[in-house]
Amino acid sequence: MTINPDLQGRSYPAAEVYDVGREKIREFARAVKATHPAHFDVDAAKALGHADLVAPPTFAIIIAQRADAQLIEDPEAGIDFSRVVHADQRFTHHRPIFAGDRLVAELHVDGVRAMGGGAMITTRSEVFALGADDAREPVTTTTSSILVRGEGQ
Amino acid sequence: MSLSIHELSPGQEIGSRTIEVTRTDLVKYAGASGDFNPIHWNEAFATGVELPGVIAHGMFTMGSAVQLVTDWAGDPAAVVDFQTRFTKPVLVTDTTGTEEPGATIEVSGLIGKLDAETNTARIDLTVVSAGQKVLMKAQAVVRLS
Repeated sequence: MTINPDLQGRSYPAAEVYDVGREKIREFARAVKATHPAHFDVDAAKALGHADLVAPPTFAIIIAQRADAQLIEDPEAGIDFSRVVHADQRFTHHRPIFAGDRLVAELHVDGVRAMGGGAMITTRSEVFALGADDAREPVTTTTSSILVRGEGQ
Repeated sequence: MSLSIHELSPGQEIGSRTIEVTRTDLVKYAGASGDFNPIHWNEAFATGVELPGVIAHGMFTMGSAVQLVTDWAGDPAAVVDFQTRFTKPVLVTDTTGTEEPGATIEVSGLIGKLDAETNTARIDLTVVSAGQKVLMKAQAVVRLS
């Protein structure tokens, strides 16, 4: 199976809305062994000036990986998920993610580079919060590179 | 939060943290994140794709390492940028039914750079498991008060 080089420059529009719940923030925070009270206690978050619970800095990976799934599951992409290795990851927060946010992610394929028998694919998710009238507020930009290992790699 | 750029200097240490990891932790992370790749919970599958055994999600390591920064900053919302490269997998052995961790991750951090213009500090993290650096260029940018 080979990676389709025409993937570069491709975009996948925002799919379903992700509703950020308090219990999901607490569950994710526990899962990464985070202990800061602003992830768990609404009063503690409010004491820091926030409207509601604050998501941990890597929480957006949930939304980003859902967006990535559109590419990985795209039969035209030619990606074998069992041979995928996560190479790098970055989160740039335009504002924190809070409980109550309604998020959507737009996926962009920024780079496809052949490496041995495999390929390095760089994707970027632009995560927006939906406001009144579905106005979009930029929340987070995530970028990640995945290495799709070729045979014998 | 009361970190002022004037009281900080590059090279200053922000502390360290030891994270113990079990197979149960990986199952919890899989559930919380939605990443159910079997290399993170199934030994036979992991070795079948030429891995030495079950390995932690890179995002588990990245996500748990940043707690050191969050605690130092005093507010998780102050972490405005966070990036890393994943260089070595964290192998998590099966210690189910015992009190032993399946892996240990050591995290330490220092101030890599101060930027007066944006009033931010870049924290450089060193993240080691089994004697090897598992993350490279693990950098978090913190907005100061």
